[in-house]
Amino acid sequence: MNTNQELTKIERSAAVKKTVRNVILYTLLTLWGLIVLFPFYWMILSSVKSYSAYNSEYIPKFYTLSPTLQNYIDAFTTVNLGRYFLNTFIYTIVTTGLMVIVIVLSAYAFARLQFKGRDFVFTLFLALMMIPNELVIITNFVTITNWGMRNTFQGLILPSVASVFYIYLLRENFAQVPDELYYAAKVDGTRDIKYLFKVMIPICRPTIITIIILKVIECWNSYVWPRLITDDSNYYLVSNGIQEIRENGFGRENIPAMMAAVVVISVPLIIIFLLFHKKIMEGVSRGGTKG
Amino acid sequence: MENRSFKGWLYLLPAIAFLGLFMIYPLVDVFVYSFEEGYNSASQRYFGIGLYNYSYVLHDPYFMQAVKNTFILVIITVPVSTILALLISVGLSQIKPLKELYQTVFFLPYVTNTLAVGLVFMILFKKTAYSDGLVNLLINWFGGKSVDFIDGPYWAKMFVLCFYTVWIVMPFKILILTSALASVNQDYYNAARVDGTSKGRIFRKITLPMISPMIFYLVITGFIGAFKAYSDAVALFGTDLNSAGMNTIVGYVYDMLYGNSGGYPSYASAAAIILFAIVLTITVINLSVSRRNVTYK
Repeated sequence: MNTNQELTKIERSAAVKKTVRNVILYTLLTLWGLIVLFPFYWMILSSVKSYSAYNSEYIPKFYTLSPTLQNYIDAFTTVNLGRYFLNTFIYTIVTTGLMVIVIVLSAYAFARLQFKGRDFVFTLFLALMMIPNELVIITNFVTITNWGMRNTFQGLILPSVASVFYIYLLRENFAQVPDELYYAAKVDGTRDIKYLFKVMIPICRPTIITIIILKVIECWNSYVWPRLITDDSNYYLVSNGIQEIRENGFGRENIPAMMAAVVVISVPLIIIFLLFHKKIMEGVSRGGTKG
Repeated sequence: MENRSFKGWLYLLPAIAFLGLFMIYPLVDVFVYSFEEGYNSASQRYFGIGLYNYSYVLHDPYFMQAVKNTFILVIITVPVSTILALLISVGLSQIKPLKELYQTVFFLPYVTNTLAVGLVFMILFKKTAYSDGLVNLLINWFGGKSVDFIDGPYWAKMFVLCFYTVWIVMPFKILILTSALASVNQDYYNAARVDGTSKGRIFRKITLPMISPMIFYLVITGFIGAFKAYSDAVALFGTDLNSAGMNTIVGYVYDMLYGNSGGYPSYASAAAIILFAIVLTITVINLSVSRRNVTYK
């Protein structure tokens, strides 16, 4: 009887301990979650406050009772946000499209075709992964300037196409496709290019999609190269656009309109993230483990 | 055989063309530029071959300021973000309900536009004539005095830059550490639990050694990434980083290349190569330290 009571006591104190621990854990994790989410909340909140309301709040309010969409209208009419958006869209689509063609072809060559010098070139490619962008961007800037491609889409896109890392990632995936499939196709007289499109690409589609999503995010957020190569606002991408808006846009003090622009720029990526968050996180962590 | 070789190279041709033109050639060229003394885009002339560009850059107060800022940023953000990410990942690995939701939320900053969200941070920290800003409001609540974090004292600006940098790099680190923690073989934990090992000891003797390769991987990539900081600073302080006193080494390179003080690819090249040398040295040190302390399976 006595031991039984002791046992319940121990069990109860263990349960209490566990609950306390869980409460602390969830509190701390929620705290970090709030730090992560708060800037997003604040930008949406500020973007629906009217200009006069925002500026009359010496102590910022955490809510608004009279939300307005006027700032969003301003964001598209006063500054060229629509144009920046379209530019970024074109840039992202074309760059990603070209990149996919380039990396699929070379990953296939590295994974499947046999030829002299292949392994040497592959090693060379791997070595290129260590080259920081900052080192090559200087000459690229001069090259593009000399070619007269400043303020053109070619100038924006061309140096952003090749990506050694994605070639590597896709090659690893291609190499996992069993050789027997290839030999069988060869016996049937299937040409390489047909084998690539009918067998390899469908099998490796998940990896290709992951690469596409990662590249789209990268393109959408790219800032440095577009900043160097464009000074005509007709060719600005969203990152440069937001910087331009910040420095000369609505007049420095129209923060609600600025926040509306920020929301508009952030929304496409957040939608992509909500749709594909599993794929994105998996892709990033795979890249991380192998990088 | 001849025919197959040809086909292989044909498939590689686009990649080789792009990489050759925009990576290999520039890589050689950047060294050439860095030795062409005093070259500028306007005159297209240089007055000799030698180390003048390096000495110019190293004597430029803006460059030294950029080096100082970058080192402070690195020394603060790399340990803070790695330790914080470790704590959060360990916390995440202890919970069951809502785990996925937390993971997804924590990853959100990874997909955001650095420039755009940086503006939000600027507004949260900025002190204007109309308002002290939200962060200052919090400081006031706790009895502190308002500080202008964006145009104010150096350490206030450095604090915001570090804070934003940590906020940006956390998703990647949490993701990597969470998957590293999940891949630790449960048998070790069970064995330790049978032996009655305390939680702290399990963490120090099993968890940490098992995930140490990943921690070091994050430290190394963290150092490299932090040394290349630039867009976060632009987002917070605007494009004229020199006058804000918040320039970074990469920012110095781009300013030399383009913009108000631009047009000097040779100075930019020298600065970029110095940066690369610093990063390489730190990485080699990191690797040799990790060889001594990391347990590889």
